[in-house]
Amino acid sequence: MTAPSFGRRDPDSRGYFGEYGGRFVPETLVAPVEELEEAYREARRDPAFSADLEALLRHYVGRPTPVYEATRLRAALEAGAGSGGVARIFLKREDLAHTGAHKINNALGQALLAVRMGKRRVVAETGAGQHGVATATACALLGLACEVYMGADDMRRQALNVYRMRLLGATVSQVDSGSRTLKDAINEAMRDWVTNVGDTYYLLGSVLGPHPYPLMVREFQSVIGREARTQMGELAGRAPDVVVACVGGGSNALGIFDGFVEDGDVRLVGVEAGGEALVAGRHAARFATGVAGVLQGTRSYLLQDLDGNIEPTHSVSAGLDYAAVGPEHAWLRDLGRAEYASASDEEALGAFRLLARTEGILPALESAHAVSHACRLAPELGSEHIIAVNLSGRGDKDVDAIREREPAEG
Amino acid sequence: MSRLERTFETLRRRGRHGLVTFTTAGDPDLERSAEILQVLDRAGVDVLEVGVPFSDPLADGPVIQRASERALRAGATLARVLDLVAEVRPDISAGIVLFTYANPVVRMGTTEFVERAAAAGVDGVLALDLPIEEADRFRDATLGAGIDPIFLLSPTTTDARIRRAAELGRGFLYGISRLGVTGARSAIADGAETLVGRIRRATDLPVALGFGISRPEHVAEVGRWADAAVVGSALIDVIARAAPSSVLGDVERYVRWLRGDVDTPEGRAASVGAGEQ
Repeated sequence: MTAPSFGRRDPDSRGYFGEYGGRFVPETLVAPVEELEEAYREARRDPAFSADLEALLRHYVGRPTPVYEATRLRAALEAGAGSGGVARIFLKREDLAHTGAHKINNALGQALLAVRMGKRRVVAETGAGQHGVATATACALLGLACEVYMGADDMRRQALNVYRMRLLGATVSQVDSGSRTLKDAINEAMRDWVTNVGDTYYLLGSVLGPHPYPLMVREFQSVIGREARTQMGELAGRAPDVVVACVGGGSNALGIFDGFVEDGDVRLVGVEAGGEALVAGRHAARFATGVAGVLQGTRSYLLQDLDGNIEPTHSVSAGLDYAAVGPEHAWLRDLGRAEYASASDEEALGAFRLLARTEGILPALESAHAVSHACRLAPELGSEHIIAVNLSGRGDKDVDAIREREPAEG
Repeated sequence: MSRLERTFETLRRRGRHGLVTFTTAGDPDLERSAEILQVLDRAGVDVLEVGVPFSDPLADGPVIQRASERALRAGATLARVLDLVAEVRPDISAGIVLFTYANPVVRMGTTEFVERAAAAGVDGVLALDLPIEEADRFRDATLGAGIDPIFLLSPTTTDARIRRAAELGRGFLYGISRLGVTGARSAIADGAETLVGRIRRATDLPVALGFGISRPEHVAEVGRWADAAVVGSALIDVIARAAPSSVLGDVERYVRWLRGDVDTPEGRAASVGAGEQ
């Protein structure tokens, strides 16, 4: 179940999922993204590539990651529930993957592709730092030079991950332009790539950017859904009724959705960052207030002002703090195949504490958004139902930021 | 025949190479950027590229990024840039080409954008992140409104794509002399002449060459192969360094120096530092 499975549900030949996606890049990047697409199509047809990736996922990453039923979390929710009871909650433990998040699945897949393409240097962007750490790890393992761009604000919020990347041999470059977060790190990584296209591979961390990135990243993450589908059958005897995942760019969500998207009766729910309030500049819930537009190579929903400039965003979790969402999510939403909700900063922090105390698991603040929404759904659904939550990462990186917010708790 | 076509035809007939400038609309503020366009025109610039500031200018280097930030702070938006063009157009004989990222146009709506741009007197539009594969509707709309769609060609552009851009474009083609983002350099990239040669073999459309041009000798060198040289970041740097009271004079002296009209200490002073970033 850890073996890759490629070539299902491709976008059209121009990289569109419905009316979203495409390839909106400056002219200099057209040839490199075409080269990348060709290399990727060839790699995914090659059994040797799949075998190399599967071996790394199994022996290096520790896949399959477990699925765990959160019975004490459910019991805690039962206290406040009505007579219908509370749905069972299962957690897909991507937090137990090497480097502590799902990001390693994609980083290793693309780093293998970079080696195959003869590139010697990798650039990447990072928000929370999890993709940066995963990329630095994959580059250390495969002997590639690695430079990670990170917004100045995120470097402050995620100082531990900055140090981890440096320990892994990567150069971390601070980005001071724009809002100094993930969006600006992507701009800077693309500027680096456009300048050094000859020897440099751009290892994008989410289902964003120009075609083929949204397809490629989803396919490298689809191992999550494939495993979860089998594991749910073993543990619960059937597929879940609802699958819940947080959505920044949306790669962990598409990864787990992929295992269930063809089961029409499984509800797929993405949870965006509701931030402080659903007011411009104070959240990152693109589907709540966004409008379709073009940013960083792709057409999707964007938080933008009336003049088409990108609005600032806010979330307590750096990994969800981004103004656009992966184009396939926009398409799934238009189709009605997936639905999108949001959880506020406070709700995510509440879910973080609850999961820590009931289950002994510190989730990443990103993943805590999904846990929060599952806790909202479970009493609504009742005890006959089953929810699967993608616990996309571990929360060690967030401990400092949480402690800073709550000085009184000591 | 469009104004841009006439401009380049006249240059060719006279055996002269042209000068194209890029400035960001709204930098340092809307009023002064309008005056700067008028000064550039008076100083003999053939085509004025007018940049629409955008929050995420991923194809631009630090100099134009900063200009974009100054312009946004000064309240420049696509709508206001179009108003600015409409205001200065009657006083300007040079061609005016809008340089924009796709999203402001998408947000305004392509149809409304081309109507307003045509009414303002815009001669051409280049959308930096709309490569030919994504530009069908945009190209039809601009041509329909009598505006020239300008396409960008880079050293990584294949010969097949050069031919396609030449078929789809009108007015001129904009070649960029090197990989990377915008920004002044001390010398013209080696690949620049090769790119222009490849474009020449594919089409008779005029070619303006930009990226990294900051000095009169660059302009003259580029003029030996291309129809025009584009100066952007170096000019924006002159604007950024100038005192508010002297910005118009500094811009005019810099452009005259670039054109080889004058070799004055002021011209050289205005250019100090512009060659090395």
